[in-house]
Amino acid sequence: MPEKITAVAMSGGVDSSVVAGLLRRRGENVVGLTMQLWNQRRLPELAGENATGRCCSLDDVYDARHVAETLGIPYYVVNFEERFEEQVVRPFIDDYLAGRTPIPCTLCNNHIKFDQFLELADSVGAEKIATGHYARVSQDEKSGRYLLWCGADDAKDQTYFLFGLSQAQLARTLFPLGGYTKDQVRGMAEEMSLPVARKGDSQEICFVPNGDYGAFIEAFFREQGIPSRQTRGEVVGTDGRVLGEHAGVHHFTVGQRRGLGVAAGEPLYVIATVPATQRVIIGRSEELFRDTLSAREVNWFPWASLSEPVRARVKIRNKHAAAPAMVSPTGEPARIEVRFDEPQRAVTPGQAAVFYDGDLVLGGGWIE
Amino acid sequence: MDRFYFDHNATTPVSAEVLEALVPLLGEVYGNASSIHHFGQVAKQRLETARRQTAALIHARPREVVFVSGGTEADNLAILGAVRRSPKPRKHVVTTAIEHPAVLNTCGQLEREGVEVTYVRAGSSGVVDPDEVRRALRPDTVLVSVMHANNELGTIQPVGEIARIARDAGALMHSDGVQAAGKTPVDVAALGVDLYSMSGHKIYAPKGAGSLYIRKGTAIEPVLFGGHHERDRRPGTENVPGAAAFGAAAEWILAHLSDEAVRIGALRDRLEQGILARVPHAHVNGAGSPRTPNTTNIRFDGIEGEAMVIALDLMGFAVSSGAACSSGAVEPSHVLTAIGLSAMDAKSSLRFSLGRSNTEEQVDALIGAVAASAARLRKLSPAYA
Repeated sequence: MPEKITAVAMSGGVDSSVVAGLLRRRGENVVGLTMQLWNQRRLPELAGENATGRCCSLDDVYDARHVAETLGIPYYVVNFEERFEEQVVRPFIDDYLAGRTPIPCTLCNNHIKFDQFLELADSVGAEKIATGHYARVSQDEKSGRYLLWCGADDAKDQTYFLFGLSQAQLARTLFPLGGYTKDQVRGMAEEMSLPVARKGDSQEICFVPNGDYGAFIEAFFREQGIPSRQTRGEVVGTDGRVLGEHAGVHHFTVGQRRGLGVAAGEPLYVIATVPATQRVIIGRSEELFRDTLSAREVNWFPWASLSEPVRARVKIRNKHAAAPAMVSPTGEPARIEVRFDEPQRAVTPGQAAVFYDGDLVLGGGWIE
Repeated sequence: MDRFYFDHNATTPVSAEVLEALVPLLGEVYGNASSIHHFGQVAKQRLETARRQTAALIHARPREVVFVSGGTEADNLAILGAVRRSPKPRKHVVTTAIEHPAVLNTCGQLEREGVEVTYVRAGSSGVVDPDEVRRALRPDTVLVSVMHANNELGTIQPVGEIARIARDAGALMHSDGVQAAGKTPVDVAALGVDLYSMSGHKIYAPKGAGSLYIRKGTAIEPVLFGGHHERDRRPGTENVPGAAAFGAAAEWILAHLSDEAVRIGALRDRLEQGILARVPHAHVNGAGSPRTPNTTNIRFDGIEGEAMVIALDLMGFAVSSGAACSSGAVEPSHVLTAIGLSAMDAKSSLRFSLGRSNTEEQVDALIGAVAASAARLRKLSPAYA
């Protein structure tokens, strides 16, 4: 067995392809692995000619294999479909039905890419794994803890999805693209003559065609023989007045304006979904603002747990401009409260709250 | 890194004897075997020599052998051809759950065309019980299709007995012999089959040549349409180099069958015993059943077979687990689940299939590599640590 293999998670996209190329250029012993996560032939009713969200398509596998061949590295496809369905797709659906707006990418990172993929790496004799995430890792000299930092490209930074990584996971993970911008990465792909250099970026949730998660959930229900009628309910104003009916709480997310089926003199938005009563609460834009939130399952990078309040900039969505706030411990471990300096629009249960100090990621948790 | 090949049931390298016959032919014998002139006649002679050689491997008459593109086409032609030809208004087919996809999915197509199909299960032995086949028969059964040797387990099926049962019931008998011909003696007349599929690349000929034995007097519909080649049973310009290579391979393997079976069988037993002695919680799937001498299928409790295949490949050993799906990822073997293994046990199983190039040294090196990677994988599996 050759010494010190690094397993690269290859999706067939530009980023992970350049990762494999960079490591190869450094003379490292690299093996490329593609995780087959979702079978595109399932739920065929969703597959349109121009459907986006094409995770694990045969084209992507073809591209990844072609890149591996170009670089001269061993390459394998491994079947993670069952695990992905169990750890990502079903929780994603459960979250919607429970009135939350989930982030499957984070579930996938926590339970698949940095957990089962690491285990696979162990199995094939690889010490480290490398992925194409735009983020950086360093080890703090004093505490010995592994720290997570934002990627150099602000527009591509992916730390929002990585808040759940454990110290043991970070210790074995390489993010070779953390110091580069996307343009530089594309430049390197051209320079390395990688066949995917001009391939478009992947978008939205990889297994949900066109980002239409409502249609995805209904198609999944039909496949599983579950009637979707059970999530129908009333659309209710913040004053308690019934304003209409809806076809299922999973079609709604906090802050949503379209598809409410209610005519009003001013724009109305989803303020909350209440799964217990199948109600969707709607109201005016200003009713969407909150200045506090609580988060559970909080994971910290610079320290093991939070003992006293800290100032931080807090992101409540991937595209949210981090807002200054005070983050305070509660009586419960791994549960915190955030008080924003200014109220924030559409604090959404199921999304993550991630805390930053400049470029350093302090930690994050799930919004309740 | 030295690389050793232990996946001969997937395919085999082209042997030196076959290359020797094939290479000059590619340049020199280019005539169309259906042409009247000299060039055509030379090609036709080579084709008929190949037919005699191929027929001899299964003790058939040359006129009973039709050349096709490979095992999959042979199975399609046999099953679709026999069933579509039958005049019965309602049609029923009996096959088994452990067949190759070339048979299973052809039967699936017949089901879409309105034919009823019964899939007989095999017991944990990996062998189909002829009585199960008897019980599945109906007055409208037109065809029974049971493979001769299973590709994943190597288990040899009681095709002769099943053929008698089928004949008594007035049904035709097909056997997919792709994994049996060249590994175990085959006599189609003694077996009593009407149709028998073979593939060249499993016996050291190149991919792209196979044959279907059609017993004299057995009427089938063609599945491809074109010229009058192969007595109107398979149109398309004859693949003379492919057939000649297949014939040369058949001739060599017929002459060496008994010696090779002994030599390779001893290597397989050495591999099996070596692994069982070195790796705890390992079991042979289909052990105790009659098997082709080159195949063993071993289950390693608590180990992901897919990971072990990759680990062994990175050490230079080619083995297989399950069946590759379109992306190249592995799906749990339908054969292993059909003989009663759980999905998890099926995923913990590896197939080792030996061939001409393998030596004792290679087998010993493979045993060492399997033991080392099993030990590492078991460290990740708390139940067996």
